[in-house]
Amino acid sequence: MENTLKVPTMAELFAAGQQPEVLFWVGCAGSFDDRAKKITKAFVKILNKANVSFAVLGTEESCSGDPAKRSGNEFLFQMQAVTNIEVMNAYEVKKVVTACPHCFNTLKNEYPGLGGNYEVVHHTQFLKQLLSEGRITMEGGQYKGKRITFHDPCYLGRANGVYEAPRELIKKLDAELVEMKSCKTRGLCCGAGGAQMFKEPEKGDKDINIERTEQALETKPEIIAAGCPFCNTMMTDGVKNKEKEASVAVMDIAELIATAEDL
Amino acid sequence: MNYLPQILFAIVLIAGIGFFAKNVLRLRRNINLGKDVDVSDNKPQRWKNMAKIALGQTKMVVRPIAGFLHVIVYIGFIIINIEVLEIIIDGLFGTHRIGLKVLNKSVYGFLIGSFEVLAVLVLISVIVFWIRRNVIKLKRFLSKEMTGWPKNDGNIILYFEVVLMCLFLVMNATDSSFQALDSGNIISQYITPLFSGLDESSLHLVERSAWWLHIVGILIFLNYLYYSKHLHILLAFPNTFYGKLIPQGQFKNNDAVTQEVKLMMDPDADPFAAPAEDAPDPEKFGASDVTDLTWVQLLNSYTCTECGRCTSECPANQTGKKLSPRKIMMDTRDRLEEVGKNIEANKGTFVEDGKQLLGDYISHEELWACTSCNACVQACPVSIDPLSIIMDMRQYLVMEQSAAPSDLNNMMGNIENNGAPWPFNQMDRLNWAEES
Repeated sequence: MENTLKVPTMAELFAAGQQPEVLFWVGCAGSFDDRAKKITKAFVKILNKANVSFAVLGTEESCSGDPAKRSGNEFLFQMQAVTNIEVMNAYEVKKVVTACPHCFNTLKNEYPGLGGNYEVVHHTQFLKQLLSEGRITMEGGQYKGKRITFHDPCYLGRANGVYEAPRELIKKLDAELVEMKSCKTRGLCCGAGGAQMFKEPEKGDKDINIERTEQALETKPEIIAAGCPFCNTMMTDGVKNKEKEASVAVMDIAELIATAEDL
Repeated sequence: MNYLPQILFAIVLIAGIGFFAKNVLRLRRNINLGKDVDVSDNKPQRWKNMAKIALGQTKMVVRPIAGFLHVIVYIGFIIINIEVLEIIIDGLFGTHRIGLKVLNKSVYGFLIGSFEVLAVLVLISVIVFWIRRNVIKLKRFLSKEMTGWPKNDGNIILYFEVVLMCLFLVMNATDSSFQALDSGNIISQYITPLFSGLDESSLHLVERSAWWLHIVGILIFLNYLYYSKHLHILLAFPNTFYGKLIPQGQFKNNDAVTQEVKLMMDPDADPFAAPAEDAPDPEKFGASDVTDLTWVQLLNSYTCTECGRCTSECPANQTGKKLSPRKIMMDTRDRLEEVGKNIEANKGTFVEDGKQLLGDYISHEELWACTSCNACVQACPVSIDPLSIIMDMRQYLVMEQSAAPSDLNNMMGNIENNGAPWPFNQMDRLNWAEES
């Protein structure tokens, strides 16, 4: 941890007349949520290690508008989108990587119609690409043979058909990937989507994250891997609720790789 | 006098088809009450989806047992209906088994033989379906919305199919000339002995009765479709054709809002400008009734056959919340039917009835329980999108009525004020980089 993170901003690079290979869209959770900030830092460590030329928007970044749109506030969503697009277009952004599937989906699918056309990838896709290009190497080490189950984030999986990138990365760690009974296209939501993260659930028999955590625990995992800061929160809460936090960790794919590499 | 059965047949046939045509027009009118939406793009992909999903049943077999049985009933339905063609020609021209005149005996026998085998397979499948609904009592057939008419409707359809298949087999079994051929009577030859006590004329009477009941039954079934959940046998095809092609996570951007936003961002726009005299009324945001939905969404509602796969995959429903995507579709169809009847009763114009889809059919609580996870959309075997209706209604609640739950209002206030759903300062957005 002695190395400080190198996190250039678009503004700094622009002032120096440089253009990064990719914009890292951090997102609100990745910027402010204590748990998600660890994912952000883990991802930056990998980017630093691989010498990826990237930059963040920093204080020029604003909410993608996803929770506003899914709540029904189309006006607020479009205001956010148009403002973000103006900033990104001014920096002539071509490629965006983000560790949040909600930002990923919104930027990739809903920004083009409002004038924001970028190649948008999820960080698991980006990491897989770095790996196949030989820019990062991965050795199982501490994850060798560990039972890891992957929880598909709805906005990565069903919403955009990305199922394999995170799984390939887990397999590259020499871990034993165990699937839950509902996975991939039939993966159960963690309960946070559609702006549920920001409100109390409606009356029911059970919270959704508990149901999903039970499904995950059925696979007897040592680690529940996630690819979304909101899923991470929901599953972490679920594991705590089941009093399993001593034996089961909830980790983002970026964290798995960063710790495997001892970054 | 010999022409009497033919005339009678023609009348029955014309009445059956005519009544059906009337219902098709009614269906068309109701679906067209929806807002227009451009679905003329990417025709090749649309044809491919229709071929794969509707014709090829690819999404049915995701659940292997129900999927396999459904494929049998589906193939049976299509193939056995070739026989209906012969029945119609025979009925209209007073012939008997015209197929034997145009095809040679072994080909005809092969055809009828396959129909008979399929008929038995359909019978078995339909009985298993009935057992699943009424004896095993699968959870998805017992939801709150599946009581009363929807439950009976499901069973009536199964009874219909049992009766039709039995009539077809009895018709063949009691046809002594067909049995004498000894070609194609694979199944019916074992039913013939049941009627061995009957003399020639009684046997003929049974055969004629079965023949008539079979075709009349089919015509009744055809006309029952409009009043039941069973329209999917026709509408699955257009519905999969017009289904969503863009990624499931992509929700459409509201163009009316885009206009407003552009105006706000335009530095040259006059902030004090009054709308032009002849400016149209501002568009209503979102949906509170069926007429605010698109015609594709309304087509979705008529296509729904209430199988409940959406509801059984819904995380909110699985954890006991009130939301059921199937109920969203059933409510939409029921309200649309109500609006259609209102129009009929009032000579072609809708007279305000003080009711709407939102509130009278679908509650706020159901709408707010959705996680927008797309499990329902993924689960639907015929490309219905309940999520789009939920989102349109949320849009109405928030943008027209400011009726979001207070937690969400706080979240939206935060985004408006400081660009994040939580009350953090935008200027602190990069602080994480300095923290160890």
